[in-house]
Amino acid sequence: MSNLFFTEDHEWVRLEGKKVYLGISDYAQSQLGDIVYVELPEEDDEVSAGDSVGVIESVKSASDLFTPVSGIVVEVNEELEDAPELLNEDAMENWIVAIEINDESELEELMDEDEYKNFLGDEA
Amino acid sequence: MTYNRLIFENSVPGKYAYSLPELDVPEVNLADEDVPLREDLDLPEVSEGDLIRHYLNMSLNNYSIDKGFYPLGSCTMKYNPKINENIARIPGLAKLHPYQPNSTVQGSLALLYELQEYLAEVSGMDAMSLQPAAGAHGELAGLMIIKRYHELRGDDHRNVIILPDSAHGTNPATAAMAGFKVVEVASDEEGSVDVEELKAAIDENLAGLMLTNPNTLGLFESHIEEVAQIIHDAGGLLYYDGANMNAIMGKARPGDMGFDVMHFNVHKTFSTPHGGGGPGGGPIGVKEFLKPYLPVPVLEKTDEKYILNYDYPDSIGKMKAFFGNYGIMLRAFSYISTMGSEGLRNASEMAVLNANYMMHRLKKTYNLPIEKVCKHEFVLSGIKDSPKTTTLDIAKRLLDYGFHAPTVYFPLIIPEAMMIEPTETESKATLDKFMEALEAIAKEAVESPELLAEAPHTTPVRRVDEVHAAKALILTYKDMLNEEN
Amino acid sequence: MHRYIPTSSALVEEMLKDIGISSIDELFVDIPQELRFKGDLNIPGALSELELLRKTADFASKNKSTDDLTCFLGAGVYDHFVPLVIDHVISRSEFYTSYTPYQAEVAQGTLQAIFEYQSLVAELTGMEVSNASMYDGSNAAIEAAFLSLASKRKSDNILVSEGLHPEVKGVIKTYCHFRDIEVHFVPLKENGRTDYEKAAELVNDQSASIMVQNPNFYGVIEDIPAMVDFAKENKLMSIDYVDPISLGLLEAPGNQGVDIVVADGQSLGNGLNYGGPYLGIMALKKKDVRKMPGRLVGLTKDAEGDRAFVLTLQAREQHIRRFKATSNICSNQSLNMLVASIYLVALGKKGLREVALQSASKAAYLKKELIATGHFEEVYSSPLFKEFSLKYKGDVKELLKGLEEEGFLGGFNLASCGREGELLIAVTEKRTKAEMDAYVDAVRRLS
Repeated sequence: MSNLFFTEDHEWVRLEGKKVYLGISDYAQSQLGDIVYVELPEEDDEVSAGDSVGVIESVKSASDLFTPVSGIVVEVNEELEDAPELLNEDAMENWIVAIEINDESELEELMDEDEYKNFLGDEA
Repeated sequence: MTYNRLIFENSVPGKYAYSLPELDVPEVNLADEDVPLREDLDLPEVSEGDLIRHYLNMSLNNYSIDKGFYPLGSCTMKYNPKINENIARIPGLAKLHPYQPNSTVQGSLALLYELQEYLAEVSGMDAMSLQPAAGAHGELAGLMIIKRYHELRGDDHRNVIILPDSAHGTNPATAAMAGFKVVEVASDEEGSVDVEELKAAIDENLAGLMLTNPNTLGLFESHIEEVAQIIHDAGGLLYYDGANMNAIMGKARPGDMGFDVMHFNVHKTFSTPHGGGGPGGGPIGVKEFLKPYLPVPVLEKTDEKYILNYDYPDSIGKMKAFFGNYGIMLRAFSYISTMGSEGLRNASEMAVLNANYMMHRLKKTYNLPIEKVCKHEFVLSGIKDSPKTTTLDIAKRLLDYGFHAPTVYFPLIIPEAMMIEPTETESKATLDKFMEALEAIAKEAVESPELLAEAPHTTPVRRVDEVHAAKALILTYKDMLNEEN
Repeated sequence: MHRYIPTSSALVEEMLKDIGISSIDELFVDIPQELRFKGDLNIPGALSELELLRKTADFASKNKSTDDLTCFLGAGVYDHFVPLVIDHVISRSEFYTSYTPYQAEVAQGTLQAIFEYQSLVAELTGMEVSNASMYDGSNAAIEAAFLSLASKRKSDNILVSEGLHPEVKGVIKTYCHFRDIEVHFVPLKENGRTDYEKAAELVNDQSASIMVQNPNFYGVIEDIPAMVDFAKENKLMSIDYVDPISLGLLEAPGNQGVDIVVADGQSLGNGLNYGGPYLGIMALKKKDVRKMPGRLVGLTKDAEGDRAFVLTLQAREQHIRRFKATSNICSNQSLNMLVASIYLVALGKKGLREVALQSASKAAYLKKELIATGHFEEVYSSPLFKEFSLKYKGDVKELLKGLEEEGFLGGFNLASCGREGELLIAVTEKRTKAEMDAYVDAVRRLS
């Protein structure tokens, strides 16, 4: 089974041990356009599934980054503070936050890559 | 060559542009009293002539209503009569301190009182406050009044404001600022409240509904009475966003439609100048039962004397220091006085006629999402023969034709929206010229799309790089110097 | 037809025909019968220019303006001299009849004016960033308080000095009430300065900020470094509500470590106008810029690489963020902001200092002379700027009434602030020694 999952909000999560890395999908970045700022959470923040853990800002929009999993923020990608365009350049490679999760079963609710592709097809 | 030198770049040490009499009392030295004083104050140093040339040259880079047509939807960019400016500068009206005794400002209070009566008459409301400084500020005062009303009835749990997803962006922002939870309901395809959706969204926490009528698509909510009934039956109040009042003066009144609280935008409906983004004025009106909650002071008339009454124990309190944007109220008073009852009705009729005239012709070239008689504005959605052309490109190309662009990408429920509001002060000849430009652009979109993609070509600057601005964040002259180094 | 409406009845007919209808009424059929307003609005007929000028002259004749009464009234609104160049510039149609600069390519004039204003305010306050202005000082103050609350998780209260302007305190109370925010008012010490020992008793882990006015409402110059220390100790944001004219002399708040500077910009070249329109100033550090409400202009390039200005960070604003926006504000006091900019440019480096110094010197002179009459006592001995409170040995109300009859706006009766017998007097550079001496003579006669 793959360790990569997607949400209906066009985010991806990658499970590595007890940690998940959270980012936005390529589709999301293309919809947002030029990303000019990423607001990151603070490390050690406790978050619940559905919480906003950041904001992704383009010139014309500001979208919340919702975490699909509960846990504690253990790392934030500080590179994005100076170079938010990394998300446009490669959304799948550039994670935004890392969360140590309590309950792996929360991931079962999410889509795998094929399901997400179908989901995108339906949306289009 | 476009003038773009900063005043700081024109500064030469030793120059100045002011004159003051010599100090005729002993000079104090605050340093003697251990007050921390500043060492440096690096303001520009220019002569009076330098100053005037700088601002004049800058002004030439602006479009303005005195220069040409400004068809911004929901903004009501009508002509700003010159007498308004003269009235606002009459020394006996302008040179007044807000804390002067009431006995020394009876003339101004009488004028403001008369203005309140005019506004109440146009809106069908019972009591007014001129205090809010802008439309969004009026919204906030109005929603606080709604909250206060529920609070004092012991209905603290009523904390939900419903609004349609076609609403102006300020509506949800205001509701949140007043401490409400916002529930957006989908509108029907005409941008009107979907009655079934509305009913489904209502529960015991309903505080009120915010609406604008005509709605943001320029269409009159014909079933407004039913909506009002539903909200009132559920214990909620109705808020009227007065942004679109220019469509209905003397034709219909929010107070008669069932609304309980509303605001005006005097800088839209009553021709006070926009000033490049403000100051405006957002007077509010309420039905009698909400009068106790108006912001203090309330301007009242007693025995031929005008008073500012602070004795309103249930008032929401102060919204702004003093009594509102008085200088703007003078202009609104001037406008209404020069229009009169007949003139105001005529203004709305002509605004609606102009909009329908344009809609009728433009729907041949542009997509018109809803074909129905409109009020003072209408919304288009892209070029028929060139569906891929973006509204942004059309808007930028219009600038080359010497027109300001319409409101774009609003309302959010219409893709590629372009919202056109001609107002009553534009002539048929201007409307025709503008439509010719839009038709020419539609043709260009097919034949030479690069003309649009690269537009504007003839403006003081070419298309501006917003992404660079947001990333570089150069917000002051000092930032600019740091960036250069 | 009306002189503002250019469509003749012949053209109306032509347009109706074009649409395919026969009367204007058909354009209003969508308004339900029972909602149509019948009859005429009760508003007098259209006045000609001459009639309106007569009518408004009549209103004006029932006022007494500061042309009739020499103004020693301040309390947040000051009768400073307004350089004549200002009205010439703001009377240009290009400035006053333009809309919000959403189409940047045809609004470079307004955008550059805002950029320069931001730069001037940053310089004046010693802060890094300023927004494009807000409704007034009171609204800038509450927006700053909300910013501090949004910056600190789980915060639910703020500290505000009793020395703040009563109208500003009023606005703060209104807004906070509806957001369930508690406002702790910090009393003043014997010397008229904010009492940080008392503040220490009021502060808790959920406090977001402390706000102090300098000089405060009673005219006393506050100890701003003490506020900053207190804020740091208690993890609060420090908010300094200033008189911008005072910054011609006093240390810039930015150099004192203040987090947010707010002010009413009236005194920067805006006429009295019976309370408005003025402008609210807000300046802060760049790290907090994304939380700042209101418009902002940034410098950028156009497609050809030339210098251009544009509204930026709009994603914070209501039309995009809707109910998650920093604030619901969607305007700025653009024309008043332009006034403030021209004022600062006209006075320049030397002039603002001169205005501040003259005001302070004249206030000191008048205070001394009034105390010398024997009818007044000093309320605070702390350093003052251009305004001071005095205790009057007689009846303040009677004195003010008498002064009005003698041609003076004598000051602000502090009884409305619970200070019976005290009078707040402001002096600007506009007042001459002769006017002040006449005022003192009048006081002697009336006492």
